[in-house]
Amino acid sequence: MAKMTLERLRKLREEQQIRLRQLETEGKEIQVIIGMGTCGIAAGAKDVLDAFLEASEARNLKNVIFKQTGCMGLCSVEPIVEVKVPGMPHTIYGNVDAETAREIVKEHIVRGRMVNNHIFDRPAGDIVTGK
Amino acid sequence: MAIKNYILVCGGPGCESVKADLIQRALIREVESQGVKDDVQVVNGCFGFCEQGPIVKILPEEFFYAKVNPGDAKEIISESIIKGHAVSRLTYKAENDQGRAKINIEGVSFYQKQFRIVLRNCGLINPESIDEYIVRDGYLALEKVLFELSPDQVIEELKISGLRGRGGAGFPTWLKWELTKKIDDPEKYIVCNADEGDPGAYMDRSSLEGDPHSLIEAMIIAGYTCGAENGAIYIRAEYPLAIRRLELAMDQAREYGFLGRDILGSGFNFDIEVRLGAGAFVCGEETALLQSMEGGRGMPLPKPPYPAARGFLGKPTVINNVETYANIPVILTKGGRWFAGIGTEKSKGTKVFALTGKINNSGLVEVPMGTTLREIVFHIGGGIKGGKKFKAVQTGGPSGGVITEADLDTPIDYDNLLAIGSMMGSGGMIVMDEDDCIVDVTRFYLDFCVEESCGKCAPCRIGTRKLLQILEKITEGRGEMDDIGQMKSICMAMQKASLCGLGQSAANPVLSTLKYFEQEYLDHIKEKKCAARKCKSLVRYEINPEKCIGCTVCARKCPVNAISGEKKKPHKIDQNACVKCGVCYQACKFHAITVA
Repeated sequence: MAKMTLERLRKLREEQQIRLRQLETEGKEIQVIIGMGTCGIAAGAKDVLDAFLEASEARNLKNVIFKQTGCMGLCSVEPIVEVKVPGMPHTIYGNVDAETAREIVKEHIVRGRMVNNHIFDRPAGDIVTGK
Repeated sequence: MAIKNYILVCGGPGCESVKADLIQRALIREVESQGVKDDVQVVNGCFGFCEQGPIVKILPEEFFYAKVNPGDAKEIISESIIKGHAVSRLTYKAENDQGRAKINIEGVSFYQKQFRIVLRNCGLINPESIDEYIVRDGYLALEKVLFELSPDQVIEELKISGLRGRGGAGFPTWLKWELTKKIDDPEKYIVCNADEGDPGAYMDRSSLEGDPHSLIEAMIIAGYTCGAENGAIYIRAEYPLAIRRLELAMDQAREYGFLGRDILGSGFNFDIEVRLGAGAFVCGEETALLQSMEGGRGMPLPKPPYPAARGFLGKPTVINNVETYANIPVILTKGGRWFAGIGTEKSKGTKVFALTGKINNSGLVEVPMGTTLREIVFHIGGGIKGGKKFKAVQTGGPSGGVITEADLDTPIDYDNLLAIGSMMGSGGMIVMDEDDCIVDVTRFYLDFCVEESCGKCAPCRIGTRKLLQILEKITEGRGEMDDIGQMKSICMAMQKASLCGLGQSAANPVLSTLKYFEQEYLDHIKEKKCAARKCKSLVRYEINPEKCIGCTVCARKCPVNAISGEKKKPHKIDQNACVKCGVCYQACKFHAITVA
């Protein structure tokens, strides 16, 4: 990427925002976002990521993207995973271990059913997008 | 068949609500009897909102029902699932806060009581992707500042916002910036204090790990405003992940041209470097921090001169902490007035707290200034672990004090905390329950201060040591009545004569606990008793021969073989060998072991 000018930056932001909105409306991509702050990693987030990758590979799932993020604030229930499946409400799972990760792939991603006993709420609304 | 609605019900492992389970069963019954079994899934979830529980939430409509009863199940299914509208009788309505935590923002649901400005991107974006930051209005404030605002307008906006330093003392940020800006010097510096040292505090670490670009953006803005071309982040080496992500973010910012020469074609130059600290608490004090950054020993200097006039390398320097900086891009994109609409009269915006200790939902919380401790501990934090009794909260770490039950409803802001003998500090919040001994906790903080005192000035070096010795004496059962008066006079000398904030505030835990828990000190000194059984010298375990049946369990579990006795005959504890670990007390099924 070359150095930005003001125009380039504005264009990049706009394009990316349009792309994000499209992703949400077209709904082809499944996103699994794993909390990888120190609190998440200490609680075993790396093993969880491995389990997710293995399980989705074993089922040959092509449209799932795995992403990392920082601390969401619910440190006592780390590792935390947010799952965004098109057509389903975005879901935050806490206290996720390798077993739960496999369960999330099998139930939530493949069958469209939420996994019991691990659902948590996002701690606050989003001031940037107003959601 | 695809599921159309998800019904989330309070509950799951660890949930104490019995009713939630009944509600879940009732909902499942109704789903079946009303014929929507294939369209609906009923699952457990936790909303951390036990206060208003049991909660039922319906997705995707986001209907949010509080204090639900099993009898409500029929109506919930027939109205919300079949007809698709909310049951207004059950819908949670935010209580009237009576101007305590004032928020004027529309369209955000507030049942969680949290409001995220500083942590706006944490847990949402990939911290290693600059594009994800840009999409969420990242570097928008920089755009605005470089091309639309003059430095004076930036300062004016900060003044309107009422932002005060989040590192502890709460100095107005705009004033700090203006003092540096006014000085005519071609060489100035922008420094970020990321030396987070309070035990139990980790807000800055999470902020850097989750959203490093917001700090970088704010520092560039500070540079533009104050006329500086160089910035430095002082961070402790024990935060390796934060350092890695910060350096990665800086590389990306350089590649995009947000750092370096002629930023966005504006003609303004700015760059940042990272300086690692070895993890000394005193280096959180700004003059000691600067010494350490220059390669010297981390020791404070007398003020004035303040860093605004003579800071890094003797040049005018702005020093703010991570959380203060993280607020700035939002203030400039949304406006100072928007920010000033949040919080109390003299403390604007939000504060991030690291909630730890004997609390159910430990973690990072960000609440508007003016939120009460009760809301933080019992609503957001979900109350005390194991249903124990709340005792106190230590805020401000080793520089702060305790907040007791009497002040649970005091709105938290800079001035109120000072008035009750504590302080905002960086935002560590350690919750204590009935099993914590106040004298022992105070001893812990003084132990910390003795380790961390740099030793430059006598009041701090000797005072902390003396206080620790007296506290040790008291916890070991050798306390005398004279000790309390002695501690008070040492504290006063330290507050008045110490060179820097470390020594001046190291006395706070002692004074604050003496104020609110004097009786507990007196019990230790006069009665030689520690009600929480934390001070081992004051605790004595004994076996009641009438209750002991000689099962030998305690003798086998004792790690130091202090318990002896024949099978089926009463056992005895050798008091000289006993280490007061309490294992026997927990192991005995016949309640034959007494503790006093």
